[in-house]
This record gives sequence, structure tokens and C-alpha cells, in this order.
Amino acid sequence: MNMHTNPRQQASEGMAGLFMATCRREFLLSFRRKSDLVNPLIFFLMVATLFPLGVSPESGFLAQLAPGVVWVAALLATLLSMDALFRSDYEDGSLEQLLLSPQPLFVVALAKVIAHWMMTGLALTLMAPLLGVMLFLPAEGMPGLMLSLLLGTPTLSLIGAIGAALTVGLKKGGVLISLLVLPLYIPVLIFGSSAVQATVTGLPLGGYLALLGALLALALALAPLAISAALRISISS
Amino acid sequence: MVVGNTRLLHSGGKLSLTVVGQSVYNGVLIHYRPVACFLKGLRVSEPLLEVQKLFSERDDRVLFSQLSFTLNAGEIVQIEGQNGSGKTTLLRILSGLSRNYEGAIYWRGEPVAEVREQYCRELLYFGHQAGVKAVLTPEENLRWYAALSPLMDAAGIMEALQQVGLRGFEDVPCHSLSAGQNRRVSLARLYLSRAPLWILDEPFTAIDKRGVAAKERLLLEHARRGGSVLLTTHHELGIQGPVRKINLDQLAGTSV
Repeated sequence: MNMHTNPRQQASEGMAGLFMATCRREFLLSFRRKSDLVNPLIFFLMVATLFPLGVSPESGFLAQLAPGVVWVAALLATLLSMDALFRSDYEDGSLEQLLLSPQPLFVVALAKVIAHWMMTGLALTLMAPLLGVMLFLPAEGMPGLMLSLLLGTPTLSLIGAIGAALTVGLKKGGVLISLLVLPLYIPVLIFGSSAVQATVTGLPLGGYLALLGALLALALALAPLAISAALRISISS
Repeated sequence: MVVGNTRLLHSGGKLSLTVVGQSVYNGVLIHYRPVACFLKGLRVSEPLLEVQKLFSERDDRVLFSQLSFTLNAGEIVQIEGQNGSGKTTLLRILSGLSRNYEGAIYWRGEPVAEVREQYCRELLYFGHQAGVKAVLTPEENLRWYAALSPLMDAAGIMEALQQVGLRGFEDVPCHSLSAGQNRRVSLARLYLSRAPLWILDEPFTAIDKRGVAAKERLLLEHARRGGSVLLTTHHELGIQGPVRKINLDQLAGTSV
């Protein structure tokens, strides 16, 4: 063993390596299984397409609803994709190996959630202006929409992952995960859609974004620990 | 270093004294090292893993109770028992995955819960499911395992794939490999790992005869280097060496 590297530095290098390796693995997995990647985006797009048909194609009416509709669609699309987060790892035994790793579990949990967010939440955020246009959202509202989704969707992914970790051992966890997670999604939805409303009406955006940021900071600090504890419980039973 | 050994030695000596008493009382046939070796201060082999009075039940059915044994360095222990006798449950408990048990488990003389990180570092667990991602290639699968465990050497992946007979398949997605080849991908971890304790749950399932012979040689080689193996298999082990058997059928109870 090299005498010059101190063990703490070595451990943190190992953790960073594991974080990167897990991210890379998740990207590879979803690019090889494209349906997982595309499903939430199609859902997101479908809601925006069907909504005017079902309610009213009138532009003034749709413009009023647009912030809420886009946010609800993004929330449901994220929720839809959450169930699969740990499912395949559980079924093929990788999750057991993960729990037996000497590396801290929250690193892998965080890496998985971040990779998942990049392929759902970030993609939804980038697609959101298109939906905004389809729903006649005024151009002033676009920055608010993008920023609120950018800050809000990671929180949705982090919270959803706790639910996914808790229900991974159950045969039909899909319904339970919605029940567990939806109440926690409500604050994010309220502040997110309010931020878009505020930009449309020309009110300052800062307060809402600060609240969304605070929620994200809280989730980022606590959710990985909750996810790893939940995974241990799910595997242990 | 010396202080650590002496302490371990004493605690080990005390523990094995009590364990011998219990095991005779319960009529479980387990061989122990002579206690006298400890008293003289000769360290034949320190127990790596020590299990005391382990009890586990599933659906109100006792799988095993009062299960005590030690696993020494350089030993291969085969857990026997019919289907449903709790072999996998025992291995999951020992690996730390399951917490549905009562009793004590010691790793190098310390309670396993207190040295969790070190224990995980020195453990290689091969579970019921192979832990191989179907859409990744064997090489990509192993590369992630190497990142997961510091005692695994990523540089040896090609060599390990060669050893398990998957050279030439390293770029083929695992879903187009056979069931046996998928198990071999996971078994390649045995060639990569430098962990002293191997816990293997049915490692030979779906492996052909030559593959099994190669794996048995590997287990023996691991034991010679001072590692230990705890495994379940329905296959008759052809290993001529330090193999000990623990039968779970004798320990099963019917009521709580």
C-alpha cells in the first residue's frame, strides 16, 4: 500500500469513483432500455396535447391554466417513473450487492437519484417551454417555468426515491408509492406553479425560488439517508 | 498489532469454551479446535466468524435455534439441508442482509454490528440472484462491482473473464448469454476479489461439470491462502480438503 496517501483521502476518492461509476452505469442502462427514458416524456407531452381537446382550445383560458397543468404533468410524469428506480436492481440481485458494499450506501443512492433526475426531471424541464407554447403560456412566464422546474423536479425525484425504496420489496408497490409520496409533493407543486403565476403577472420570482431551493437543500441533505435506511428495511424483510 | 492479537486470543479462548459446552448440550455435531491450543497460547487459526445461539423463524416456523459454530481461516463449511430448511436465510443473516434473527455473530472476535464496514470490506457474497444486469456486457457489470468494493481489482477483469470461460463474450450484452454464462459473470468476482470471507449461495447452479471442477479448485486455493468459504450447494463437493458440513435439518423445530 502506498504510504503517502492518507486513508481519508483514499476513502473520499473511492466514494467519488463509486459515484461516477454508478452514474455511468445508470446512463448506460437507460440508453440501452430506451422505453424507460421516453415513457415519462411521452406522458408529459400527451397531457399537454389532450388538455386543450378536453377542456377548451380558447387561448386566454388555457394561458390561465398553463402553469398548473405543466407542473401537474411534470409531477405525475416523475411519479410514474419512480417505481422503476430500484425495481430492476431488486429483481436481479444487484441491490443486495449494493447493500453489502463497504462504501456508504447514501453515495450510491444519491448517484442513482441524480442520474434518474437527469433523464426525467431535466429532460422534462427542457421540454417544458414546448408545452408552455402549446398551452399559450405568455413568453414572460417561460423563465419562471424553467427555473421552478429546474429547482423543483430534483426534489420530486429525491422524495419519490424514498417511496420507491420503501416499496421495492412489495409485489405491487406502484399504488402505495403514490399514496406515500403525493402528500410530500404538494408543497413543491404549490410553490412551483405559484412561481410561474408570479412571472406571468409580473410579480417578483425570488421568494418562490428561494422556497423551492430550500426544499431542494433539505431533500438533498436528508433524502439519501432516508433512501438508504428504507432500502435496508426493504431488503431485510 | 501484538496487543490486538493477544486480546483476540483470550476472548476467542473464552468464547470457544462456552460454545463447546452449548453444542454438546444440544447434540449438534460440530468440530472445534482443541481448547488447549488457546491456553498454551498457540494460535493454530483464529476464528474469523463465530456464531452463537442463532435463532431464526419464518411464518411461525423455527428454521434453526441454538445454532452455534465457528468458521476458521482456511476452512470450507458447507451448509446442508433440504429445500426450505433455511440455508439461504442463514447466509443472508450472516452476510448482514437480514436482521430477522436472535443470537450473536462475531467477526474476528468483535460483534458484527460494531465492525460493519470492515466486515463488508472483507466479505464477498454471492446471492441467489446473480446480480448481473441483462442489458450490460460482462465487462461493464464487473467494472461496477470493482467500483463497489475496494478489495477488487478492476485491472484483472479480462483475466477473470478468461478464467470463467467468457473471453470473447466481454462485449456481448448479458441477455444474449445463457443462464449458466450469466452465473459465470457473477462468479468472475471470485477471481477478482481479495476478500477473506466468501459466502456463496448455490454457486454451482446452472454451471457445467468442468466449470464446477474449476470453481472447486478455486475454493480450495482460496482456503489454502487462508481465506474461508461458507457455501450451500446440493451438489456433492469433490474437494479433498478442509471441508466441514453443518446440517440444518437436525436443528429445525416445528413450533415457536
